[in-house]
Amino acid sequence: MLKVSLVIVGGGPAGMSAAVAAYKAGVKDILILEREAHLGGILRQCIHNGFGLHKFGEELTGPEYAARYAEQVKELGIPYKVGTMVTKITPDKEITAINSTDGIMHIKADAIILAMGCRERPKGALNIAGSRPSGIYTAGTAQKYVNIKGYMPGKEVVILGSGDIGLIMARRMTLEGAKVKAVCELMPYSGGLARNIEQCLNDFGIPLLLSHTVVQIHGKDRVTGVTIAKVDEQRRPIKETEQYIACDTLLLSCGLLPENELTKGAGIDIDRITGGAVTDQNRQTSVPGVFACGNVLHVHDLVDYVSDEAEIAGCAAADYIAGIESERVDISVRPVNGVRYTVPQRITSAQDTVVYFRVSDVFRDKKIVVRCAENVISSKKKIKLAPGEMETVKLDAKVLAGIGTGEISIGLED
Amino acid sequence: MANIREMTCIICPRGCQLTVEYEGKNVLSVKGNACKRGNDYAVAECTCPTRTLTTTVMTESGEVVAVKSNKAIPKELLFDAMKQINALRVSDSVRQGDVVVANILDTGADIIVTSYIE
Ligand SMILES: Cc1cc2nc3c(=O)[nH]c(=O)nc-3n(C[C@H](O)[C@H](O)[C@H](O)COP(=O)(O)OP(=O)(O)OC[C@H]3O[C@@H](n4cnc5c(N)ncnc54)[C@H](O)[C@@H]3O)c2cc1C
Ligand code: SF4
Repeated sequence: MLKVSLVIVGGGPAGMSAAVAAYKAGVKDILILEREAHLGGILRQCIHNGFGLHKFGEELTGPEYAARYAEQVKELGIPYKVGTMVTKITPDKEITAINSTDGIMHIKADAIILAMGCRERPKGALNIAGSRPSGIYTAGTAQKYVNIKGYMPGKEVVILGSGDIGLIMARRMTLEGAKVKAVCELMPYSGGLARNIEQCLNDFGIPLLLSHTVVQIHGKDRVTGVTIAKVDEQRRPIKETEQYIACDTLLLSCGLLPENELTKGAGIDIDRITGGAVTDQNRQTSVPGVFACGNVLHVHDLVDYVSDEAEIAGCAAADYIAGIESERVDISVRPVNGVRYTVPQRITSAQDTVVYFRVSDVFRDKKIVVRCAENVISSKKKIKLAPGEMETVKLDAKVLAGIGTGEISIGLED
Repeated sequence: MANIREMTCIICPRGCQLTVEYEGKNVLSVKGNACKRGNDYAVAECTCPTRTLTTTVMTESGEVVAVKSNKAIPKELLFDAMKQINALRVSDSVRQGDVVVANILDTGADIIVTSYIE
């Protein structure tokens, strides 16, 4: 069996950043395994700009952002295998992978970083009436067709769901000559970034219909139209508001789900809300020596944060391999009052820690309050919070050391 | 007479809600911006709104290569720029950063390759 210090599963931005960070922290025996034919992950098809402002101080497109890391991987000589799919990971960190030149490989690793990314939620279409003609795609699939294969999936488009990928595709298909007739969003607010609503919809006069859904898909072989309707507060369609829109394409942009089959197979604890592993501040999962970062851990809207998180995991994996331990604490982080989840979910060492979280609804003029029992640890004002935008709070090493063992809560207060 | 316009700054993902007071093409005040770039954006929006164009171009052998304008171009020229880029066939040996159209539509912006081609 092949032995490798650090195996990284997935060669997207998370996998590459983690590899570079671990290498710089002293681990030289690394192997990145990537299923696709290239490093870069999903960013290869995200040709729009807006990446890297936070990390590089300039606006890059997805391929350019990915290239910055791919170049570093190559310059440092970090080994990687593309076209290689990991099929199994065991709790004792044995990895099974397969490709066309090596066949089936068994690799024993000292540490593993999971960076498999996420996939699109296909669910949105399930409860829509009508047959399943061709012309229904997830927004990400359409993105791959247009941007990688150079093929337009349709001419007249309705988009269900206002996630960022759907918004980006509304603009992309409009620029390529399609007519995007409407974006329907079930919720009373959009899940996408405000800037994308502005520059992808408003710029082109594409209507965003909040509290609307598609109730029926028409057409036998190919989509010929959809019936949309307004929904009430219980998200039930209101019959009287039904409206027919002729179109040949329906794009579904109903959110992303971390891809964690391998993680579950390794017996790692999964957070029910994020769909990713439960981790500590080092992004170490419930199996010691197995780390997770990027979209496989929780869905990020900004790749810059993916890279930050991957660096944490990469450095921590290096410490783990070197046997370095820091001052231990045992603190669980509990989301309360409008906070849906936090990452990390637990803290095991007293170091300055950034906790990422998402809220469950749109809120205005709230305070983000961190408490330990009744004591307020920190409080910061926010004018606006939305589920589509990830928030952070910083926890101070001294405060964490002071708590030692216990629980802290993060919630919204007036 | 002064008018008020609400807009979302698109310069960075923070997406500040701006309240702009303007008279014709004259911006009198901008509120809600967390940094100076929001002010510049509001002024540009009221005078000559510009956008960075990202799209793809075909190579001679039919591969798809991603490209962008290396500067924002006036919003009303986006579709004309698309037409010109879609009519193009570029060499198969292009690499990231290569210029495929110089000074597109006299905007001063070049269309450059963004795909990472190994
Ligand atoms: C369609 C789509 C569009 C997106 N658009 C944007 C955007 O515009 N802006 C933005 O900031 N974010 C966007 N995101 C989120 C984006 O995924 C992240 O910003 C970033 O790419 C996440 O990096 P990652 O490395 O975690 O995941 P990914 O980029 O998805 O990389 C994961 C990699 O792991 C590989 N992999 C998975 N399973 C295996 C396995 N079993 N064996 C081997 N390799 C495996 C995959 O092939 C992939 O290359 C988008 C996501 C999707 C799905
Ligand atoms: S005003 Fe500044 S911080 Fe706010 S969105 Fe614009 S660029 Fe970003």
